[in-house]
Amino acid sequence: MITAGIDMGSRSIKVVLVEELKVDGAPQLKYGVKKTHIMMPGDLDQDVAADKAYNEALEAAGLKRDDVKVVFATGAGRKQVAFATEGITEMTAGAKGASFMFPMARTVVDVGAEEGRGMKTDADGKAVDFAGNEKCAAGAGSFAEAMSRALQMTLKEFGDASLKSDKSIPMNAQCTVFAESEVVSLIHSSTPKNDIAKAVLDAVASRVCAMVRRVGIDGEVVLIGGMAHNAGFVQSLKTAMGVDAVSLPDMPEYISALGCALIAAERQH
Amino acid sequence: MNAEVKADTLPEKKEFWRWQENVWVDETKDWKSAKIITCGIDVGSVSSQAVLVVDGELYGYNSMRTGNNSPDSAKNALQGVMDKCGMKLEDIHFVVGTGYGRVNVPFAHKAITEIACHARGANYMGGNKVRTILDMGGQDCKAIHCDEKGKVTNFLMNDKCAAGTGRGMEVISDLMQIPIAELGPRSFDIDADVEAVSSVCVVFAKSEALGLLKAGYTKNKVIAAYCQAMAERVVSLLERIGVEEGFFITGGIAKNPGVVKRIEKLLGIQAMDTKIDSQIAGALGAALFGYTLQSKKAA
Amino acid sequence: MIANYGYKDGSGEYYISIDTDKCIGCTADRACLTACPKQMFETITDDYDDEVTWVKKPNCRTLAYDCADCKPSAGYTSLPCMTACTPGAIKHSW
Repeated sequence: MITAGIDMGSRSIKVVLVEELKVDGAPQLKYGVKKTHIMMPGDLDQDVAADKAYNEALEAAGLKRDDVKVVFATGAGRKQVAFATEGITEMTAGAKGASFMFPMARTVVDVGAEEGRGMKTDADGKAVDFAGNEKCAAGAGSFAEAMSRALQMTLKEFGDASLKSDKSIPMNAQCTVFAESEVVSLIHSSTPKNDIAKAVLDAVASRVCAMVRRVGIDGEVVLIGGMAHNAGFVQSLKTAMGVDAVSLPDMPEYISALGCALIAAERQH
Repeated sequence: MNAEVKADTLPEKKEFWRWQENVWVDETKDWKSAKIITCGIDVGSVSSQAVLVVDGELYGYNSMRTGNNSPDSAKNALQGVMDKCGMKLEDIHFVVGTGYGRVNVPFAHKAITEIACHARGANYMGGNKVRTILDMGGQDCKAIHCDEKGKVTNFLMNDKCAAGTGRGMEVISDLMQIPIAELGPRSFDIDADVEAVSSVCVVFAKSEALGLLKAGYTKNKVIAAYCQAMAERVVSLLERIGVEEGFFITGGIAKNPGVVKRIEKLLGIQAMDTKIDSQIAGALGAALFGYTLQSKKAA
Repeated sequence: MIANYGYKDGSGEYYISIDTDKCIGCTADRACLTACPKQMFETITDDYDDEVTWVKKPNCRTLAYDCADCKPSAGYTSLPCMTACTPGAIKHSW
């Protein structure tokens, strides 16, 4: 059986196709990721974009729509997916996906483009508590991205630059818009770019951390969402949370879509 | 009164957000024969003002952009207005700093919060009937209740979020590539009313504005949608403490009819008029506090 | 005067109100200062030269997070600061 999860994020759409792998005689069912696909919608309307992303994913997997048993959707735009049977919250999907990759995970941090959230999970991969920062662009990826633009760097260069700094410059501004002016002042006062990059990522990390603290930091910590690719951010987050290690899945931005597909499969039984 | 426009503030192609800086002095008065001369300096994250009050009356002011180096802004703001009338720092009896000026003005005798200063300033500018003050500053937004003497009875300030602040307006000015002073009038040059964009976050409002442009909305309509969002945000702040008649708006955005008229419509209350530059309310209040304190000393 | 400290952003509105008329000449020995686990209250002399309590500036911008540990979601049925302030000067907006 093949199921699909589609994560309608604020910046990109992720599709994950999951196949049930029956192991003879084994009581537990296992799943394998059949295909993942990401698309940046650009100018398209949400429902049109969802369709397009799904079609592209199917084509890449060599499948037709009929081959897929059921599609579930998650993410900010999940209601716009006409062909999805059910909508799952990002909390539930993220928790499921993270626990699948890391069965010992108990604290899941999801930092996407426009939303950041912290989730407390149990052994079954369910989110038992969560705290989010919806509708405020600070404490999410677009903040770091805007600042990296101000420094004329790519987000990756930005992350790498922050690792080269050992200073801790606190940022006053909580809001992305104000922080931009603050970064400009720092640039004008000849603060080294590495230190500015670290200051910004530290600021995002501390906001994300404050959210996670509302649910409590316990056990294995997993970071999902696009920002997990950024080594500088991961370091800042570890420092802010006071943990030695943060588990990073290979394809962090797909984890919510994965969780969504897994839940879809589970619900067919 | 004639305000002098500095040559370097004329709109250049790139800096659409640059609003007009002003220096003014009351040429009909002679400060040299005054008993008490006080000064208020308001250093904000976006703009800085220095106001001179002579024997309790507004005498002169300088309103300029704070720029990147705020410690010097206080000095520069004051120098600008002193130069206009040949005054020197030694001629001033009492200096009050407010805003960042509470920490950045080494020659200030006292520091007073911008809340108290705005209320006092509004009381001077609008008269003793002023009861509710809305200050839309560069990076914060304040709702203040005051009594007939300009003393604060209730206040609420939001300086965490850009929604409802001047920076928020500068963002749209930049995006549209239209000088900030033109935004207000243009927001009315539309054929039908528009719905507001996101009023909870400037970053989201900006993405929505871009989306509207792509969908074929004219620039004026997008500006209108943005002004509406800003008005709604500001009104929700005001409604938290309530609005009484005697409604007075201070700060740079008071000069933007696009936002002001929409606020008035949402509240069903007209804002009071003033002939004095709305951006100097804080520094003016500070200078007036200085006058009271200096008078007590001299007595 | 009612002094409101806090903020509103996309995630909500978080203000702590202090009624300074009840705060001046505190009859509770400034119990709020120690009652708050995060010690976010502080006594200052305000613009009108009255001794009152306020919320420390750095905390004003992170109230949602700072106060979360005292809210019902964390198991509390009443806020330590409000209980400590017997004159009833302190109120939370959420």
